[in-house]
Amino acid sequence: MPNEPAVQMFNVQIDGVWHRFPKGTRVIEACEQVGVFVPRYCYHKMLSSPGNCRMCLIEMGFPRLGPDRKPELGTDGKPIINWMPRPQICCAQDVAEGIAVRTDSPLVKECQRGVMEFLLINHPLDCPICDQAGECRLQEFSVDYGTSQSRFLENKVKKPKAVQVGPRVTLDDERCILCSRCIRFCQEIAHDDVLGFVDRGSHTVLTAHPGKSLDNNYSLNTVDICPVGALTSTDFRFKMRVWFLKETKSICTSCATGCNTVIGTREDVIYRQTPRENDDVNSCWMCDYGRLNYKYLEAEDRLLEPRIRSDGKLVPADWPTAIGQAALHLKQFAASEIAIVASGRMTNEELWLTAQLASSLGVKCIDIVPRRGRGDKILLSKDRNPNTNGVRLILGSRSAPGAKLMAIADAVRSGEIKALVILKENAMHLGLSVEELARLPALIVMNILRNAATEKASVVLPACGFAEKRGSMVNGKGRLQRLNRATRPPGNARDDWEILRDLLQGIDGGDSLHSIEDVFRRIRETVPQFAGLSLSKIGDLGVHILKIEELPATHPSDEEAIEQAIAVQAARRSVRSDLDRAYANPAESITRQAEAQTAPRR
Amino acid sequence: MAITVPRPRLTWRERWYLPTIAAGLAITFKHFKNTLLGRTKVTMEYPEQKWDAHLPDYYRGAPALVSDAGGRVRCVACQLCEFICPPRAIKIIPGEIPPGDRFAKVEKFPQEFDIDMIRCIYCGMCEEVCPEQAIFLRKDYAITGFTRADMVHHKEKLLEIGGVMHGVVLKWNEKK
Repeated sequence: MPNEPAVQMFNVQIDGVWHRFPKGTRVIEACEQVGVFVPRYCYHKMLSSPGNCRMCLIEMGFPRLGPDRKPELGTDGKPIINWMPRPQICCAQDVAEGIAVRTDSPLVKECQRGVMEFLLINHPLDCPICDQAGECRLQEFSVDYGTSQSRFLENKVKKPKAVQVGPRVTLDDERCILCSRCIRFCQEIAHDDVLGFVDRGSHTVLTAHPGKSLDNNYSLNTVDICPVGALTSTDFRFKMRVWFLKETKSICTSCATGCNTVIGTREDVIYRQTPRENDDVNSCWMCDYGRLNYKYLEAEDRLLEPRIRSDGKLVPADWPTAIGQAALHLKQFAASEIAIVASGRMTNEELWLTAQLASSLGVKCIDIVPRRGRGDKILLSKDRNPNTNGVRLILGSRSAPGAKLMAIADAVRSGEIKALVILKENAMHLGLSVEELARLPALIVMNILRNAATEKASVVLPACGFAEKRGSMVNGKGRLQRLNRATRPPGNARDDWEILRDLLQGIDGGDSLHSIEDVFRRIRETVPQFAGLSLSKIGDLGVHILKIEELPATHPSDEEAIEQAIAVQAARRSVRSDLDRAYANPAESITRQAEAQTAPRR
Repeated sequence: MAITVPRPRLTWRERWYLPTIAAGLAITFKHFKNTLLGRTKVTMEYPEQKWDAHLPDYYRGAPALVSDAGGRVRCVACQLCEFICPPRAIKIIPGEIPPGDRFAKVEKFPQEFDIDMIRCIYCGMCEEVCPEQAIFLRKDYAITGFTRADMVHHKEKLLEIGGVMHGVVLKWNEKK
């Protein structure tokens, strides 16, 4: 692109091969880009580089300069390198013109072996009970770079174990290798400075500042970035070994941000959710609220079988009967007597089928339940519905979500509406009482959990949670992302899109939708933003389908929150350098801490 | 290609059959006489008699959990045996040892430890993989039951078969 400012490129020799990298690239990243992995504990690409683990030691050299201050060239026409006689960390070193690094020389290997030995001196041998085992950097690098034997005969240092450093995080200080990733995460990403090191030498321990606790909404990210088992999730602690987990790429559906996730399951039980890197959405992080918001899928009050009302009582029925009953109910009312309440938690495919259902019945009265909460400036959006933009695109509603709900509730009370279809929402949220719902001639409910409203329904259709189905959603920034199925639905519950498809076919008699891909193909024909896409083309990282100006003006808070989060990320890069300086100069960092303590807490 | 196998050329004695029949019957009568006189034993009277004393040291019988001399179940529920088990016979539900317990330092223990002896193939992988020397194949081979549920060895049964293992695993000592 001609208008882009030219980035200065530097020649760098890595393990004897010359490459070119843009100015500002860290040497450790440059190595990684050309497929040379340098082991590291403290370095994390989203955080500042204090350089305190010493695992990424390499040999570095500069071009030898002749008397004319020009690099002397060898027989191959490349500069001759003068190697520094000592190793150097590569995580805090930017590339420069002509520098050369060796990552596998005998000196480097000796350094790595030495660092590993020091790190393991006081590390307990409790891998069999450690939750990190299997995804532990210390285990991995011990095999790759360490020795098989310990020369340490003395007793290991005793440190606090199983410390509740926060409501969701358990700390084992004996396992901590003092990399300070968690401290930097709290300072730089979560903006909540709670963790720090106290005491000296081998007795240094990680702890929360006096009177503080690691209770911010991003605390579990420290567990993800902890390279060892020092910080573990209290929720996941001792539940399941990581090597049993089946990992399914999906997205979080707890707010409009739609953080990319990996769902860890075994035998249809979800054990944990972890963030998946996507620089356009959530970087490497996700909030604790979204991460732990999966328990309801295994709740006692899951709806497990379709039920129909017979002689005033809800009785179990098979699927064709329940669907037939629902279609029968809907067909006996005029279009003006039916209202549909959909959900911003439904996928695009389900919403499209809902729209088809509404149009085949002629129903105009259709809306979703808005769900708003406090957003933060990091990831959590004010809009807690994951697919509000999908609703806007597919249901084609002009008004703000939830604008018609009051009217629907009033019409139910006055008896104008005789049939109410509630999809994935609690009818009580409309402000209707149980008695008012019980008076409805037809109440068709598709939901996951049992509630007071489902008990008054004419037909109950048990559906799937976010981890049990496939589909796509459009996040607050207009990015189309994909959900994948991690577990099978419990009992006789069915995929939402199949229920809606069968209901639609029970009403209009059609028979053309056989797979969720068919539904997506039909969306593609009607919604221009989906043109040229398919479920598989969305990919793991999603695609942007809405431009900023296409995003609704009715609730700009989502985008604001995300834009600000991006701004914070960008600002962090400039902050990084002076934080580096602070780590290099402990006196200065102590003053900073003192300032932080005197300053009023945000 | 078809191969023509030459028939053996039999002698006149062999073609006659009778001498061979007589020789065979002689052997039969010899055994008959010895059995009547109690000189040879053809069967072992299991289960009144057992061959336990003759089992070799390397015999692989039922897997079992052991406790150490201090009364601690050695297993820490690392689930490596569950992972390695080829027929997936092992199922473990880990639990946390409450703080204040005598063995609180170990932190983790098996709340439930089931081995489905219908599935078990006595391969000994669990014993080999165990980092805590907590599971061993004992010499019990007569694993029977009337129902499938009977054939699942729960933790109590496994500890009963396993008994106490002497010799300490140093790493859980308070000093280490």
